[in-house]
Amino acid sequence: MTALRPNDYSAFPDAAGRFGDYGGRFVAETLMPLVLELEQAYAAARADPGFQAELNGYLTHYVGRPSPLYFAERLTEKFGGAKIYFKREELNHTGAHKINNCMGQILLARRMGKTRIIAETGAGQHGVASATVCARFGLPCIVYMGAVDVERQKPNVFRMNLLGAEVRPVTAGQATLKDAMNEALRDWVTNVDDTYYMIGTAAGPHPYPAMVRDFQSVIGAESRSQLLEMEGRLPDAVIACVGGGSNAIGMFHPFLGDESVRLIGVEAAGYGLDKLHAASITGGRPGVLHGNKTYLLQDSDGQIQDAHSISAGLDYPGIGPEHAWLNDIGRAEYRTCTDAEALDAFAMCAELEGIIPALESAHAIAKVGQLAQEVGKGGIVALCLSGRGDKDVGTVAAALGRSI
Amino acid sequence: MSRIDACFSRLKAQRRSAFVAYVMAGDPDPAASLQIIKALPGAGADIIELGFPFSDPMADGPAIQLAAQRALKAGMTLVKTLDLARAFRVGDQTTPIVLMGYLNPVFIYGYDRFAQDAAQAGVDGLIIVDCPPEEADPLADALDAAGVSLVRLAAPTTDDKRLPAVLRRASGFVYYVSVAGVTGVKEADAEGVRPAVERVRKASGLPVAVGFGVKTPERAAAVARVADAVVVGSVLVEEIAGALASGADPAPPLLAAAARLADAVHAAGG
Repeated sequence: MTALRPNDYSAFPDAAGRFGDYGGRFVAETLMPLVLELEQAYAAARADPGFQAELNGYLTHYVGRPSPLYFAERLTEKFGGAKIYFKREELNHTGAHKINNCMGQILLARRMGKTRIIAETGAGQHGVASATVCARFGLPCIVYMGAVDVERQKPNVFRMNLLGAEVRPVTAGQATLKDAMNEALRDWVTNVDDTYYMIGTAAGPHPYPAMVRDFQSVIGAESRSQLLEMEGRLPDAVIACVGGGSNAIGMFHPFLGDESVRLIGVEAAGYGLDKLHAASITGGRPGVLHGNKTYLLQDSDGQIQDAHSISAGLDYPGIGPEHAWLNDIGRAEYRTCTDAEALDAFAMCAELEGIIPALESAHAIAKVGQLAQEVGKGGIVALCLSGRGDKDVGTVAAALGRSI
Repeated sequence: MSRIDACFSRLKAQRRSAFVAYVMAGDPDPAASLQIIKALPGAGADIIELGFPFSDPMADGPAIQLAAQRALKAGMTLVKTLDLARAFRVGDQTTPIVLMGYLNPVFIYGYDRFAQDAAQAGVDGLIIVDCPPEEADPLADALDAAGVSLVRLAAPTTDDKRLPAVLRRASGFVYYVSVAGVTGVKEADAEGVRPAVERVRKASGLPVAVGFGVKTPERAAAVARVADAVVVGSVLVEEIAGALASGADPAPPLLAAAARLADAVHAAGG
């Protein structure tokens, strides 16, 4: 399975948007010219020091970067292995890593002269981040959200409305995240002149997986320099939860060339891998959906199957194409965590560290103890704490059979 | 000569445009679907565009989304879609069948095996909505080897600079997506699409079919005066939805609608 590893990870994706065999641009012809236009516009922005300076300014003064790297002492003591650090993305404005990407994309959309923003959301975190940057820059924002998710994430729907966004419930298909993405693509193909599609994860047609990764790589780049400053060396392992995989690829990417650093992604095993889950790499196989070739949960006819995770942000039947590739070449390793394990980790983190993590991030926390023990005393493990858990208290209470 | 090429040269001699009827394989169930496609040539369909269902039809409007859901619920698969084509072909050696859908089911089937099985089932062409020319070569190689056309799509956003790349390796006919949007929602403006159709025809040397926004016989006739073929789908599958809602047999209203559209296209001249 292990293909040759490249010497230079920054050479990926290639000109066709490929990470090995994954990625690409599988969109309707109507969208192809728009995707190519976006690729050119992003390449120009990326090379423009003025764009980077503007983005860095907003990341500092609006988002609140850099986020701290925090030594999770009590969690470290509990497991008795390597030192565990948390990269505190939950302290960003809007409470998650999603804003890093939205800030980059809104500046790009403005640069491209687009006047209408559309986005998809599952848990509502990307929707809230999109609505936030649209409010900040005075652009109309339409967020597609599965009707099932609208029902189970009501506080985030209200937040988006407060921020001036229009939330359009999607009843097609299973009425969850993948259907919201279908509907956003239908909007984009219908409104080709003025609309910018702000994808929330490192997936979709090229250049989205690379662009979202670049905007999220601030997570890993900061972690890397913070660790060098605090510990004088690189970590032995880095761990993050993976749905579409944007926080994980942002955390991993600056470490890809550091072959001594193990990279661990944690997929949502839902009710269990033999039942409904959202572990696309562990339980799926390669296919084509939403503009890219990647691992997907699907049946023998190529129909996409329902995903399930207690965490709405991981409840997606695919994964970003760079993760698919990193898995196949053996550079990153993907493990799984069930709903029940994530709930235990959610409580453990709150009780030991005084941090209520997002249920998404709790999947990584659930696996960090074992990893710290594998690495052993004297080692260092860095975990991306991608979001805060305020949004999840209702879900957790319901799962524990308590009322709020 | 392929069935598609023969169909267009026959119609050209008659100075007529082709009426292309789109239905979803297995909608509302495999048996009723076979009955419908067997009767479509008699209702005036020159070419049958047979959709194969996908769980996530990103380029389709509500009518075809629901058709795909009905078909999937009735157990339809790509394998069974080929069975349907094969069963149709037993009684009809001339009407071209073009399958239309999304890439993943074909990818999972395996391009080479699919191309061979499709050719053997009497399928003449394949339209894949989410496979632009940049990604099409592996599939085109397999289909070429089996003698099945990969029908290329051009859109209102396809400019002159891009058009040659879109038409490279084109065969059979070119499908011009007449509106920026999903199937069955916006309506095409026949005069508005004329320059694009002429541009695509000139650049490809192939017949040009227009679809995505044709709903009424009047509009179908107007488009027929501009294009070599007119594709209608959403309003046909809506007849199935309507009949099911009232507990009626879906075939008669669908075939009646197809006949009205076919008559309008054929009377308009090519």
